[in-house]
Amino acid sequence: MLDGLKNKLRKFLGLEAKPDAEDDEAKAKLKQEIKSEVEAQSKPAEEAKKAADAAAEEEAKKQAESSEQISKESSTQEVEKVADKPKIGYIHMSGCTGDGMSLTENYDILSTLLTDMVDIVYGTTLVDLWEMPEMDLALVEGSVCLQDEHSVKELMEVREKSGLVCAFGSCAMTGCFTRYARGGQLAQPKHESFVPISDLIKVDCAIPGCPASPEIIAKVVVALINGDMDYLQPMLDMAACNLACGCDLQTNVVSKALCTGCGTCVLACPTRALEMIEGRPSHNKNRCIKCGACTTHCPRTWFPAEQIKKDLGL
Amino acid sequence: MAFGTYKEVVSARATDKAIQKVAQDGGIVSALLCYALEENIIEGAIVAGDTEDAWKPEPTIAMTPEEIIAAAGTKYTFSPNAIRLKEAVRQYGLEKIGTVGTPCQIMGLRKMQSYPFATRFVADKLALIIGIFCMENFPRDSLKTFVEGKMNSSLENVNKMDIGKGKFWITDPEKESGLALKETHGYEQAGCNICLDYVAELADVSAGSVGSPDGWSTVFTRTDNGADIFTAAVEAGVIETKPMDDVKPGLELLEKLANGKKDKGQKEIERRVNMGLPSPF
Repeated sequence: MLDGLKNKLRKFLGLEAKPDAEDDEAKAKLKQEIKSEVEAQSKPAEEAKKAADAAAEEEAKKQAESSEQISKESSTQEVEKVADKPKIGYIHMSGCTGDGMSLTENYDILSTLLTDMVDIVYGTTLVDLWEMPEMDLALVEGSVCLQDEHSVKELMEVREKSGLVCAFGSCAMTGCFTRYARGGQLAQPKHESFVPISDLIKVDCAIPGCPASPEIIAKVVVALINGDMDYLQPMLDMAACNLACGCDLQTNVVSKALCTGCGTCVLACPTRALEMIEGRPSHNKNRCIKCGACTTHCPRTWFPAEQIKKDLGL
Repeated sequence: MAFGTYKEVVSARATDKAIQKVAQDGGIVSALLCYALEENIIEGAIVAGDTEDAWKPEPTIAMTPEEIIAAAGTKYTFSPNAIRLKEAVRQYGLEKIGTVGTPCQIMGLRKMQSYPFATRFVADKLALIIGIFCMENFPRDSLKTFVEGKMNSSLENVNKMDIGKGKFWITDPEKESGLALKETHGYEQAGCNICLDYVAELADVSAGSVGSPDGWSTVFTRTDNGADIFTAAVEAGVIETKPMDDVKPGLELLEKLANGKKDKGQKEIERRVNMGLPSPF
């Protein structure tokens, strides 16, 4: 069933016909380069994995034989269930691990999430694996430093190997505070240009927030597993958005005659860069980290009426 | 539907004389928040408290019934209660919070609950959201314009403001006086003009003046949680109710106003979209 959902997801997102740079020679070349590099890297690992798998299989066999409770039928079911779990990877670009931490802060449901619902197949700090495997969903945290060749290549590889690429947190989505990077620091004074990932690759969905809250991460993963595209729609719509600043409230809300002074933007701001003055958000650009939380949360930029009614049972 | 989804609608008022004395109408918001606080359904409430400046409300975290009652009464300008929610959760350490808001304020809170992008561990702390009916809201300087420029009084002298029966009313030590509502038109904030929600359709419980007699409120219970708390408050004798059918002017007037707001808002949305401007609805 999950396979069906995943296909539905891919189809919905137009991934089967993804317009990835077949026309772009330089990109195609880079891709090929990455592919062969990865293949070369992963060969010894593959062999090691095969050996390990064989050993594990042997072990499993022994266990199965010794355990009378596990019938043959149930064990096949178990395998099928495991095989169906979406493979999720966590990719750490120029980020602070805050979003990864936020994921783990789903204390109560984390073990269920990790063991029963998804397979975390890749991720520094989470999985001891060096070669990037194929993934159904890649959560990419952090922006990309254009002067760091490895980062650029890694991001291309993520796109290559993932069904869905999610800009995970504001740095990946909008650049967030790396928008202020301008080089000139030791030991790499040249590392000055950091861009949101959608500047370089096609991004399928985005979860803003600095950090993205544990709850929204859980909600997204659960929605993905359930194929709940209605819930995910705002995140899909935001995928291509890669500019954000507190001044968006002025440009997109106040100047558009939409603001009602409700204060949600101030609630959402992680750095207290906003205050309400005479019923309107006032933006302190010296405190703003350009995470986009304020405008995303504003009920006058987009309003998910149906979802809210569903959530409230109305 | 004019009123959104609801379980029950009644005419109601607080039985507490102290609340009746200071309340705008039936004192439902104050009574429910106080009841919830005393029953430990909430640990604190964010309300529109008074400041030294007359008629300039300030979001206030109330931790006692006295503080809740001190914030009673409508202020026809902004009190963005949401801005103190994180503080209430983090600095005050409250696990269960009650608040009150206009329909648009509640939209912000509900959107945050459904999509809590940047509000770590805040969304689930809202234990009771009470909505108030709202036709439109005014910048404080608009109030100043009516009261000082058109009604020959001053904000400092005004004890009560009210909108009803086609007029904007003020009560000052001299007398009660009214200003025709058409004199106030054009002073409301522009964001109100596309609002399609009159009776706080996304609140747990919503309350307002229209439909019920003076001193009473029209109350909708909406969510399971809201209905439970309201029913318990009625059973505890904190709130008394009458069937809507027994009161004048009743639901018919409320429906007329709610639909009027929706129609007007819809027209304004169309007008703006035709100009190439955005609309969230």
